[in-house]
Amino acid sequence: MIELVIASRCIDCDRCVKVCPTNVFDAVPGGHPIIARQQDCQTCFLCELYCPADALYVGPDCERPEPVDEQAITRTDWPQQYRRDSGWGKNRQDHPNEVWYMQQMLPEALAIRAQDASDASQDRTTPADQPPPQPEPEPEPPHQP
Amino acid sequence: MAGHTDLTAGVLVIGGGLAASWAALTAAQQGADVILVDKGYCGTSGVTATAGVGHWYLPPEAREAEIAARTSAGGGLTDPDWMHRTMEVAWQRLPELDRYYPWPVRDGQPVRNTSVRGPEYMRVMRARIRRAGVTVLDFHPATELLLDGDGSVAGASGIRLQAGGTWTCRASAVILATGGTAFLSRLLGANNNTADGHLMAAEAGARFSGMEFSCFYTLAAAHSTMTRSFPFMYGTYRDCDGSELAFEGPRTGLPMIAKALIRGPVTVVLDRMPQPTRDRLPHVQPNFLLPLLRKGIDPFNDPFPVTLRGEGTIRGTGGIALTGPDCEAGVDGLYAAGDVASRQPIVGAASGGGQPNSAWCVASGTWSGRAAAHRAAQRPLAAAVAAAAGGSPSPRPVGHRTGVVGSAIAAEADTEEIRRAVSRELNDLDKNMFRSGDGLRRSLALLDDLWTQARAPGDGSAGRDDAGRAALRARETAALVAAGRWVLNSAIVRQESRGMHQRADTPARDPEFTATVRAWGLDTVLTAVEPKIERQARELTSPVRAAS
Repeated sequence: MIELVIASRCIDCDRCVKVCPTNVFDAVPGGHPIIARQQDCQTCFLCELYCPADALYVGPDCERPEPVDEQAITRTDWPQQYRRDSGWGKNRQDHPNEVWYMQQMLPEALAIRAQDASDASQDRTTPADQPPPQPEPEPEPPHQP
Repeated sequence: MAGHTDLTAGVLVIGGGLAASWAALTAAQQGADVILVDKGYCGTSGVTATAGVGHWYLPPEAREAEIAARTSAGGGLTDPDWMHRTMEVAWQRLPELDRYYPWPVRDGQPVRNTSVRGPEYMRVMRARIRRAGVTVLDFHPATELLLDGDGSVAGASGIRLQAGGTWTCRASAVILATGGTAFLSRLLGANNNTADGHLMAAEAGARFSGMEFSCFYTLAAAHSTMTRSFPFMYGTYRDCDGSELAFEGPRTGLPMIAKALIRGPVTVVLDRMPQPTRDRLPHVQPNFLLPLLRKGIDPFNDPFPVTLRGEGTIRGTGGIALTGPDCEAGVDGLYAAGDVASRQPIVGAASGGGQPNSAWCVASGTWSGRAAAHRAAQRPLAAAVAAAAGGSPSPRPVGHRTGVVGSAIAAEADTEEIRRAVSRELNDLDKNMFRSGDGLRRSLALLDDLWTQARAPGDGSAGRDDAGRAALRARETAALVAAGRWVLNSAIVRQESRGMHQRADTPARDPEFTATVRAWGLDTVLTAVEPKIERQARELTSPVRAAS
């Protein structure tokens, strides 16, 4: 859940007010936005992605607030993590967008599991006519690159 | 904070996710005057914005094999015509993204059947619809449709969440693209998906199909919304006794994890992910690690508890039963696009998560946008307004017909309790993933009772600063109960097991149920089993009954 609008970083652009899909923030004339409806936060982290000042921090727990120490959070890279890893803003130049790799992950994982299972069955001293476990067929039809 | 906006549009699009944006774009490209109203912010709303989505993007020669595979996986409930049409539109339109989205390149060609990153995709779609001339009204949830005297849809009304007050929009055509619902399971990005569009459609007379196929689940860390499933495929799972679960893949593995979760906590460690994949993971799924690292979890070395989050009708199948090839919703002037519409014609009893559903958003948005724009050109609003001025009655809010109105709400504490109860009945693994006739009937009895509470006039909140939000919340609650009752009635009627719908009391597939289950109605829910092969040929004579 959203926990912090970091006052020392916030530039009062109110972008979080504008983009939060569940309308958690309220703009404050002449001041920083406030977290007005924390319970409505859906822990989607998109406010962090859109914040140009790395001034927001969303806690990891989606069910309950977990108050945090602002000083401790500003010493981590968490407020900028999502934006940096997505290559938004100043990170755009040298960001490798590797989302295409997602498609390789399921086949890679299933192949590794099948290999692990096969290795395990060979290590065992059970009768040799026991066939090694077969990998589960992929649920997606085979049209991936 | 009171106030009211009166709007007019040729085409009104309700919703702000992937299908809504394709529909609005298409209608505007056809020359219509388009307004898009969204409960949240078009760009971060909907389940695409937080995900990475691939599309069904297949060259013509690959489609027959895909259709055969999906027909089998979908339990024979699909329609090859709808699959063909959906794939063709995605094939035609995805290249439009070339100018805006950095596809990976192979042999000098963009690879368009790969995943598209959700936040960037939706940011692009927002920019495109604004450039096309669409008026985008964020934080303008719709709560009711308006009906003309002849029963056709004439617009909608709703709430201005940020400005306060209300809005009304008269329109020649309305496209519902409000998404599916996960019944508040905390599925990533789905909290706004409370079946609002389903309720509006039902009040106007629409019907639903495939609602029983709403029992698909996705893994997440137990404390987290992060339902990005692929990294979990590298996991080693242990049950509450510390025994390793023989996870071989999602199809058999997820039910196994579910059974273990019913007994106690299940942990996973993603120890099988090779180092090169670990290194690139932040750039493949930039949000996956956020809730883990912040909880102090090293997911490759520390076992952490997992949960299964219900997907409801999102990666499930059910929704508004379309009555024509242009996504007509069964009510004159009303269209449905994306997950609010039934995807049974393209995926049957299996999940359409990922590629088919995204292509469906493109295709259904395209068809509905085009048809709605055509209707707006044929029936310009000026004529309707003139007719009204000449003595015809002005459109009435359809919500009043059923008594489910935004201003008449249950007491607030009741609303929260009702929401929690619906979420339990429609998400608990022992109720919804492992179904039985008795269990479904118990859940339905509970929801039937909740319906009488959810629709009852309550203490009201008029005059309060947050009156709009409170009214919206009550309206969402009624919508969740209504959608839950269509799910449960449909699941009770389908006395067999097929696809994701698995019932302990009827564990086998029954050829009699190679058929569509329809459900409709509010105070009284009706269902019909419609044999698929005869669906165009005759009136429904198969079992029709009142619930409870």
